[in-house]
Amino acid sequence: MKFLYRRLQALAPLFEKGGRFERLYPLYEAVVTIHFGSSDTTRGRVQVRDALDTKRFMILVIIALIPVTLFGIYNVGYQFYAAIGEPASFGSMVMKGLTVFMPILLTSYAVGGFWEVLFAVVRKHEINEGFLVTGLLFPLTLPPTIPLWQVALGISFGIVIGKEVFGGTGKNFLNPALTARAFVYFSYPAYLSGEVWTAVSSSASRLVGYTSATPLGVAAATAQPQAVTDALSEAGYTVMHCMIGLIPGSIGETSVLLCLVGAAILIVTGVASWRTMVGSVLGVVVTATVLNGLVSDTTIPFLGMSPLWHLVVGSFAFGAVFMATDPVSSPDLKPSKWVYGFGIGVLTVLIRVVNPAYPEGVMLAILLMNVFAPLMDYSVAEYRVRKRIPNGL
Amino acid sequence: MHLVSIAVKALFMENMLLALFLGMCSFLACSKNVKTAMGLGLAVTVVMGITVPLNWAIYAYVLQPGALDWLGIGAIDLRFLMFITFIATIAAVVQSLELIMETFTPGLYATLGIFLPLIAVNCSILGGSLFMEQRGYAFSEAVVFGWASGAGWLLAILAMAAIQEKMKYASVPKGLEGFGINMIITGLMALAFMAFSGVSI
Repeated sequence: MKFLYRRLQALAPLFEKGGRFERLYPLYEAVVTIHFGSSDTTRGRVQVRDALDTKRFMILVIIALIPVTLFGIYNVGYQFYAAIGEPASFGSMVMKGLTVFMPILLTSYAVGGFWEVLFAVVRKHEINEGFLVTGLLFPLTLPPTIPLWQVALGISFGIVIGKEVFGGTGKNFLNPALTARAFVYFSYPAYLSGEVWTAVSSSASRLVGYTSATPLGVAAATAQPQAVTDALSEAGYTVMHCMIGLIPGSIGETSVLLCLVGAAILIVTGVASWRTMVGSVLGVVVTATVLNGLVSDTTIPFLGMSPLWHLVVGSFAFGAVFMATDPVSSPDLKPSKWVYGFGIGVLTVLIRVVNPAYPEGVMLAILLMNVFAPLMDYSVAEYRVRKRIPNGL
Repeated sequence: MHLVSIAVKALFMENMLLALFLGMCSFLACSKNVKTAMGLGLAVTVVMGITVPLNWAIYAYVLQPGALDWLGIGAIDLRFLMFITFIATIAAVVQSLELIMETFTPGLYATLGIFLPLIAVNCSILGGSLFMEQRGYAFSEAVVFGWASGAGWLLAILAMAAIQEKMKYASVPKGLEGFGINMIITGLMALAFMAFSGVSI
């Protein structure tokens, strides 16, 4: 470490004011601060500075994402061999997963990184590790069959329009990874819905009758509300199954269990708000329970899905843990966090059940609540001013 | 239940601003802070809530074919006068609202300035009346539709204003400041509102 430090220090004059690579200072600064703490002192009125700056903050999210990422890689391989009907060893499943996932991840990082560095150099702001989070979150929400040019297009939109035009990390109002995904989703719907969840085309599948429908796909295709649970178990899905996550789906979303591990890391380190997560779970449970009460023969089949199922299928766990809690786009005050989380839960279930156009609602629910997050903070702050309630309650 | 579905539709799925993009000019110009946005939004809601049923009455009893039966001249079809009468009604309502506001809330009247009379030519309000005619709403439906569309407009401009207040901390590139970034924000908001497109109730 000492050696590295000395080498980096020796390079410093090249990048500082007057040096040969003055313009590339943000790049140098990013490399230094990823290895060492910052020796910056405060400017202006703020006197105290936490060692946990936004850089370290964002790295903690990456650490929390490692379990779901590794599992996602394994699951891509597992689904592949299940689809072609060949037994395979653990090693070859991981290898297959890597060959599918790594190109997507590298494209996302390379293209996203290009935009981030370009804006940082031209606009002279620092390169924030937030882009490492966005660049990892985005591939995890995609199906393994996604074409790489769409990954590049999506991450470009997410980073440039979703974040950089506002001035970089911390200034945007929508979650950049979700903005990227929504852009790809609405532009090329055929690539993000239907039979895209396994890394082989269905025609190549050697098992006759093998389909890779996700639990949500199965539930949406059921004829009667009472039969949803039966249809799911007929398709081979149990709650336990979905908890562990060896099911088709977006790369990172399938394992609820490992999302919970990520949630634990984020909550213990204080990066993510447990209020948002608990709020969204409550929202799902309440809405699903109410909708279950409305079940009759003539209504939408999806109505009969129980709250427990709603919690374990699709990308709800992943969204609620890693997307909804984004400290930039979620509200800041505690009461608004509850409302925000609850709203995400309610909208997720409503979009799943009522909107036949979209089988999954988590992405749009979070984006929609992102839009209203500033308004929630504003209302809570106004209320406190009027009632003279001190902050921090 | 039917009326509820009209209201929900007007609020979210066919939100005047973020799904149909009607009434953009005052939306973009008057959303610097939440208080002004609240005032303008409420004014639009009230005007829409009054003009849609009013225009419904005019359409049903004067303009539509056979409406003038009570005068014994039922054969006349006055629908070609629809635009001009709708606009006149809206202008009259806005004018009276302006007088009322100048008297009772001079502060808000001063902040809204030119945008208050401009409500008269706000596309979403004329749009509301025209949708009412096009979809053949009954009176109760017209009332619900008018108020809900107005409320949807209010909701959108409030969210926009709160986002713009947060934007004080952003550093937008030169050249995108002001109008440019507002258009981008509106587009991103509309992207999120796509959540409702396709819902049929």
